[in-house]
Amino acid sequence: MKNHYQLLVIGAGPAGLAAAADASRLGLDVALVDEQKAPGGQIYRNVGSAREGVRTYLGKDYLRGKPLVEEFLQSGAIYINNASVWYLDERLETGLLIDGASHFITADRLILATGAQERPMPLPGWQLPGVMTAGAGQILLKSAAMIPNGRVILAGSGPLLLLIAWQYLRAGVKIDAIIDTTPWSSLPGALPYLPRALPAFDYLLKGLSFMLAIKKAGIPVYKAVVDLRAEGHESLESVSFTTGRGKGNERTKISIEAETLLLHQGVIPNLRLPLAAGCEVEWDAQQQSWKTPKDIWGQSSVDRVLVAGDCAGIVGARAGELQGRLCALQSAHQLQKIDLEQRDRVATRIKHSLKKHLSIRPFLDTLYPPARAYQLPEDETLVCRCEEVNAGQIRQAARMGCVGPNQVKAFTRCGMGPCQGCLCGSTVSALVADETGASMEQVGYFRVRPPFKPITLGELANT
Amino acid sequence: MDYDFIVAGGGLVGSSISYGLAQQKYKVAVLDGGDRSFRASRGNFGLVWVQGKGWDFAPYAQWTGRAASLWPEFVDKLFGETGVVVDYQRSGGMHFCLNEEEWNEREQEMKKVSQHTEGSFEYEMLDHNQVKETIPQISDAVLGASYSAQDGHVNPLYLLQALQQGMDCHKVHYFPNQSIDRIESKQGGFFAHSTQGALSAEKIVLCAGLNNRRLGEMLGMNIPVVVDRGQIMITERLQPFLNLPTLHVRQTAEGTVQIGYSHEDVGLDDGTSPSVLKKIASRAVLMFPFLARVQLVRAWGALRIMTPDHNPIYQQSADCPGAFTVTCHSGVTLAAMHAGPVAEWIGGSSRLDLINQFSTNRFNVSPN
Amino acid sequence: MFRLIDETSVDTLKLSIEGREYEVPVGISVAAAVLLCGFDKVRNTPVTDSPRLPYCMMGICFDCLMIIDGVPNQQACQLEVRENMTIEVQQGAAELLQER
Repeated sequence: MKNHYQLLVIGAGPAGLAAAADASRLGLDVALVDEQKAPGGQIYRNVGSAREGVRTYLGKDYLRGKPLVEEFLQSGAIYINNASVWYLDERLETGLLIDGASHFITADRLILATGAQERPMPLPGWQLPGVMTAGAGQILLKSAAMIPNGRVILAGSGPLLLLIAWQYLRAGVKIDAIIDTTPWSSLPGALPYLPRALPAFDYLLKGLSFMLAIKKAGIPVYKAVVDLRAEGHESLESVSFTTGRGKGNERTKISIEAETLLLHQGVIPNLRLPLAAGCEVEWDAQQQSWKTPKDIWGQSSVDRVLVAGDCAGIVGARAGELQGRLCALQSAHQLQKIDLEQRDRVATRIKHSLKKHLSIRPFLDTLYPPARAYQLPEDETLVCRCEEVNAGQIRQAARMGCVGPNQVKAFTRCGMGPCQGCLCGSTVSALVADETGASMEQVGYFRVRPPFKPITLGELANT
Repeated sequence: MDYDFIVAGGGLVGSSISYGLAQQKYKVAVLDGGDRSFRASRGNFGLVWVQGKGWDFAPYAQWTGRAASLWPEFVDKLFGETGVVVDYQRSGGMHFCLNEEEWNEREQEMKKVSQHTEGSFEYEMLDHNQVKETIPQISDAVLGASYSAQDGHVNPLYLLQALQQGMDCHKVHYFPNQSIDRIESKQGGFFAHSTQGALSAEKIVLCAGLNNRRLGEMLGMNIPVVVDRGQIMITERLQPFLNLPTLHVRQTAEGTVQIGYSHEDVGLDDGTSPSVLKKIASRAVLMFPFLARVQLVRAWGALRIMTPDHNPIYQQSADCPGAFTVTCHSGVTLAAMHAGPVAEWIGGSSRLDLINQFSTNRFNVSPN
Repeated sequence: MFRLIDETSVDTLKLSIEGREYEVPVGISVAAAVLLCGFDKVRNTPVTDSPRLPYCMMGICFDCLMIIDGVPNQQACQLEVRENMTIEVQQGAAELLQER
C-alpha cells in the first residue's frame, strides 16, 4: 500500500466496484478502500463466497454482484480491505485503520461511494432485544445463511420489505405477519409518476411478483397500519398496532406475539464522508433525506471529490453502478487519461441505461413515503439509542430555544454516543423542524467529526 | 427603547451576564447566533480552574480566585431555580509535569499566584509518588504535578443549559438565529440590527466572542480578539477511574474521558488536524498508558476567544457610554463572577475596582 | 431466535460465550454467532442498564458492543469468529483493566 494514489475510491458496493474497475482499465492508478473483508458492500454482501444454492432464496438480482466483483478483482485496481476510514477532512487526507494500524493516504481524486443506511424507525420499544432492521435480516441471510427461528414479523414500508419477505419465504421462513405502515393515501400521489417509470418496467414487475408470492403463501398482511409498538419486558414479546380503515371505516387494535421484528422505512444516504470532505448537501423533499448534489459525472461541490451511488442520493444498486462508471470516466478525463470526446462517447450508453434505472425512483419514493409517526415519534419513544434520550426531551430542548440539532445535542446528549447520530440524526432534525415550524433546510443536521470509525488512542498515537 | 439591555451572544459569557442582569430586574434581550455558529461554549474542556492563572498578571490571579470561591453558591442557586444538574465538582485539580524543568517552572508560577493573592491561593507541588497515591494509573513519565484543592470541573454544556433556563425563569428574551449585523448608537440608546429586524435598548453588552472585535468597532471600542484553536477529543464511556481533573485529561460524570490541550493559530478554522490529534493522543497515552486501548468517539476543534495577553477584557466604551464588553477565554471558570459581580457592575449597582485593571487601555491602543 | 438454513456441510470452530463453549460456523460475525446460540442480550446499556441485541448488523448502530477476548466495547457485527475466542456480555460502561 502506497501513501498516494491518483484515485482513491471509498466503498466496495456496486458504485465503488464499478468506479474502481473502470478507472483502472482507463489507466488510472487506483485503490479501493472498504471496511469489510470481501467486496460487495451491503447489497452484494458476501456474494463472492455465495454458493450457487443461495440463488433460490436471495434471487438473481443479488447474483448480479458476482460478475461485478469479478470485474473489479480482475481490473488491476488495488484492493484495500478490512480498512475503516476513520479520518477525512477538507484537505482530503484519508486516515485508514487496518489491523490496528493507522495510515494516511492522499489522492488526486476521491470517489466517495459509501452507500446508504436504513432510515431509523423509532417506535415504542424499538430498542428491545429482538427488534432489528430488515437490512440486518438480509445481512444474516447473506453472510451467515441464518433465518429467524421463532415467530417473525416484518413491519414498515418500501420495496426492501417486499424483497426480504420474498427471500425469507424462499428460504423456508414462516412469516407470521407483514405490517405495512405505508399510508393509504400514497398511491394516488404516486400514480402520476407511473408512466415515466415504465422504462424500468422490470422493477415494477418484480415488485408485483413479490406481492403475489406473499399473497400465495397466505401471510397475513395488514395495510396502512398506525400506532405500531414493540412490546416486552427484557426482550420482544409481541407487536401491537391499529389497522387502517377497513370496509366499515373502523380500525382494529391487534396484538401479535413474536420474538423477532424486522423494521424498514426505506434507506437514506450515508453522508458522513461527503460531509467530512466538505461537500455541500441539500434536503430532498421527495426522498425525505439529505443528499449530495452532483452533476451527471458525479462531481460534488468539492473540486477533487466525486460521489456515486446511494451516498449521493438513493438510486439503487444498478443506477449506483452506472454512476460509478461515469465517475471513473470523469476522473480519467480530469487526470488526462482520456480526452473529452472519448469520455462523452463511452458515456452515452451508460447515461442511457442510467436514465432507465432512475426512472422508477419518483414513483417508488412517492409510493413509499416514510410515515410521519416514525419521523416524529411520541414523547416517550427513544430517539437516541446510545444515550437513551427520548423524543419528549428533544421537543423540550427545541421549545427552550435550541434551533438546530447541534444545540439539542449539547443540552440532551442526543447524538453523543458511539453511533454519533447515525440512528438519531434524521429524527432530531425532523423533531426540531416540527416543533419550531422551521424548514429542514433551516434546521440543518448534525455536524460530523472524526473519527468516523472507532480508533483507539494508542492506534492514533502510533499513526 | 424595547429593553434595558441587549446582550450580544448567548454563550457562557452572554448567558451569565444576562442571567445576572435579569436578577437585578432589568429587561434583557439576548441576540444569539444559530445552530452552526462558532461557539466557544460548545467546544471547551469544562475546567473550573484556578491554579496558575494570572501568575504574570496579579489582577487576574485575584479575579480568578474570587470567581472560584463564588462557584458553589452559584451552582446551588442555578439548581434551585432550574433543577439542572451541572455536575460541578470542586475536586481539586492537577497539572502534570513531565520533566524537571517543567516542574520548576510550574512551581515558580504557582508561587507567584500565591503572592499575588496574598496566600489565599493554596497549592502543593507533588512528586511522582504523591501523584500516584491519588491517581494510581499514571505512568513513570509523570514526574510530578502542581495541585490545588480550589480547582474543579463542570459539564460546560449543562452549565449553559442551566443559565439559559435561569434566564428564562427571570424573563430574559432569547432570540436565536439573530446574529447582529450592525449596531447604531442613537436616541440615547442602541439599535441592534439582524436579519430578523432591529431591537433597541438603553445599554448593550458585547459577549459575542469572535464577533466582539467587529461589533466593538461600531461602538467606539477596540477589542483585540485573537483567534486560538484548541483541539479536544472524547472517548467512549468508561467505568470511573479518575476522580480529579488534570489539565490534559479529565473523566466526565458520564464516564467519558476528555483529552486535550493544544494551541494553534489557524484563523477561523474549527476543524481538526491529524498531527495535533496524534500529539494529544500520544501525550495522554504517555501519562495514562492504559488509555491506549480506549476508543475515541469524537474529536473537534474549537476557537478560543483570546486576548493579546490572555487576560479578560471588561470595558465600557468611552465614546458610547452604556456599551460594554466582556471578552475572555475562561467563560466557564469566570461564569460565577460574570453572573454576579460583573453583571452588577454593568447594571450600575456596584463598583468593582479590580475590573478597571481589565480595560483595553492596557494594550496601549487608541484611548477608549 | 435464529438458526442456520442448512445445518449440514458447514465448517465449524469452537469458542466461548459467557464462559460456555459453543460450536459455530466458520466465517460468520460474532454478532451472528451470539444470535445463533440463542442469547437474549449482548450488553446492558450504561445509561439505564437495559438489555440490547444487535440492531443493524452493519456497524452503524453500536448496539452490539461486547467484551471480545478481554477487550470491551467491540462491535460484534464487525468481527469474525475465531477459534477459542472469548465473548462476554458487557455490563454498562467499559471496564479497562490497567494491566493485561
